[in-house]
Amino acid sequence: MTVTPTPDGATQKTRVRKSQTNKEVTGDDAAPMMRRVKTKLTSRWATAAAVIIAVVWTVPTFGLFVSSFRPAAKQVGPRSDGWWNAFTDWQFTFKNYVDVTASAGSQSANLSQYFVNSIAIVVPVTVFVLVLASMAAYIFAWGKFKGRDAGFIFVFTLQIVPLQMALIPLLTLFTQVLQIPPGSYAQLWIAHTMFGLPLGIFLLHNFISEIPGEVIEAAKVDGAGHTTIFWRIILPLSVPALASLAIFQFLWVWNDLLVALVFSGGTADVAPITQRLAEISGTRGNKDYLNPAAAFVSIIVPLLVFFGLQRYFVRGLLAGGLKG
Amino acid sequence: MDFIGEKLLQVVIALAVFAALIGLIMLVVDRAPKSDKEKITVIGFLAPAAILLLVGLVYPAVTTSFLAFTDSSGKVNGVDNFVWIFTQPEALVTLRNTVIWTVLVPLLSTSFGLAYAVFIDKARGEKVLKALVFMPMAISFVGAGIIWKLVYDYRGPGIEQTGVLNALRVALGLDPKQFLLDAPGNTIFLIIVMVWIQTGFSMVILSAAIKGVPVELVEAARLDGANPWQQFVNVTLPGIRGALVVVLTTITIATLKVFDIVRTMTAGNYDTSVVANEMYTQAFRAGEPGRGAALALILFLLVLPIVVYNARVLRQQREIR
Repeated sequence: MTVTPTPDGATQKTRVRKSQTNKEVTGDDAAPMMRRVKTKLTSRWATAAAVIIAVVWTVPTFGLFVSSFRPAAKQVGPRSDGWWNAFTDWQFTFKNYVDVTASAGSQSANLSQYFVNSIAIVVPVTVFVLVLASMAAYIFAWGKFKGRDAGFIFVFTLQIVPLQMALIPLLTLFTQVLQIPPGSYAQLWIAHTMFGLPLGIFLLHNFISEIPGEVIEAAKVDGAGHTTIFWRIILPLSVPALASLAIFQFLWVWNDLLVALVFSGGTADVAPITQRLAEISGTRGNKDYLNPAAAFVSIIVPLLVFFGLQRYFVRGLLAGGLKG
Repeated sequence: MDFIGEKLLQVVIALAVFAALIGLIMLVVDRAPKSDKEKITVIGFLAPAAILLLVGLVYPAVTTSFLAFTDSSGKVNGVDNFVWIFTQPEALVTLRNTVIWTVLVPLLSTSFGLAYAVFIDKARGEKVLKALVFMPMAISFVGAGIIWKLVYDYRGPGIEQTGVLNALRVALGLDPKQFLLDAPGNTIFLIIVMVWIQTGFSMVILSAAIKGVPVELVEAARLDGANPWQQFVNVTLPGIRGALVVVLTTITIATLKVFDIVRTMTAGNYDTSVVANEMYTQAFRAGEPGRGAALALILFLLVLPIVVYNARVLRQQREIR
């Protein structure tokens, strides 16, 4: 997925500072003039501290990763020991992974079902949020109507209304007024879309409002209406911002637990993998040795998304982040 | 594997219905009479998002505000729920914990993130070092909870330890410790998990900000004889003030709403509950929606100053533009 970030180039004139930082972060090519004198704090102590932080930050995840491949007897029970012993006492197995995903029965973690649920929840939500948020962001940026700025700031503040405030009334609304049947994805799709919109509109607006006005004027002169401008000009130019929002939305919904707990009903028909993971790790029992493998099945998709699309992820953070 | 087909069908239908709706809106906007075109466009483009936001956030927020003044049977009971929150020992512990969380998490995450960003600036392998610390951001709170449960794992004294921390304690000649059970220390151990997640975020933003500080300024300070620490305090820090504020406020808001970590690691037991978790427990487990709503309202009031501040900054920026 290669994208030419045209608006980046276009905004370079007005916001040199930002485009420079972007370049630095993506690490493609540091302009020679940016090359700093290396006498800063990069002393030996600083390097040591950085390495310690990096190790401390990585060891927990690494420990879980190693544990997930260790046989049950090594993880629980009288013969169990710490995961670091795996390197001297070389015993690894894929059985845990097979158990959590493939084995049937009511006792099984049955993660493959929940895994599919997570995908079935995340994909439509991401599409809904991207389309609706970019439509709203476009109008907030380029539409002409009274109360435009006030409206946008109102949407921005909605971003910070705690989700918790919305849950009780929304559940009542869904089940009693709208009669959306439980056991379908609909409640989760709608709820997640609602909660994703404020941030989506905010991030995309930052980007779309900086597309040069001449481009839009030129299209208008050629007789293009709003719909044409939106689909043919705005969206293609906004691909970098759309990509970063998509990643955000994807990670956010995939990792969510609270919304799932309230709206999914908790069955294997609808509930996402995080909810199942919370369930099986919450009940202490003789299946504890499956927790690391189960956790990794749920983590693997966000990690792939993260490492694969890191560039856009960071760019998205910066779009909203460096404005303050 | 037949369940996949049925689930995918639901997804396909949903996407098709959505596409049809959007298509319809575009058609209506396109065919609108010239005189009202601008108006109809604004309505058409904005309506779906506006309706969803009104129904999904504005209406529930207003309803919750009223709900906060009712009891479990739905009768108005004045400020009883708030009296309960501010007098009951268990609720007070929740409030105390929330304060500890909102003070420590932003402070620690930002400090670690800033230190790390400075230390690895221009270092060899900067990208890899960044990715290592940033990675927890991609992991769900539930997954993080399981990861850290393993770190904090406890076995009785004399038995082989399975948790890294207790193994270290034993190696140092100390007794193993029940990290998640003993209050009030256990709250600190939960906070560490959140710091572990948020540090990556602050590091990325601050690192970018540091690189945005003009080279000439740093260079000039250096030529004037400022040592690295002075350069950092007098040039770099003022240069990244804006980014620091953004990082602090963002993490503060995320911390106020923290739910999953507490839920999966202790479920709020052993005096570790926070407002967001207690709200869920009261509203959906204990059958006390009024108390839950009251807690949610308190959460909103705690976030409000940050909202107002951010909105002001935003308005200023728009005026500059």
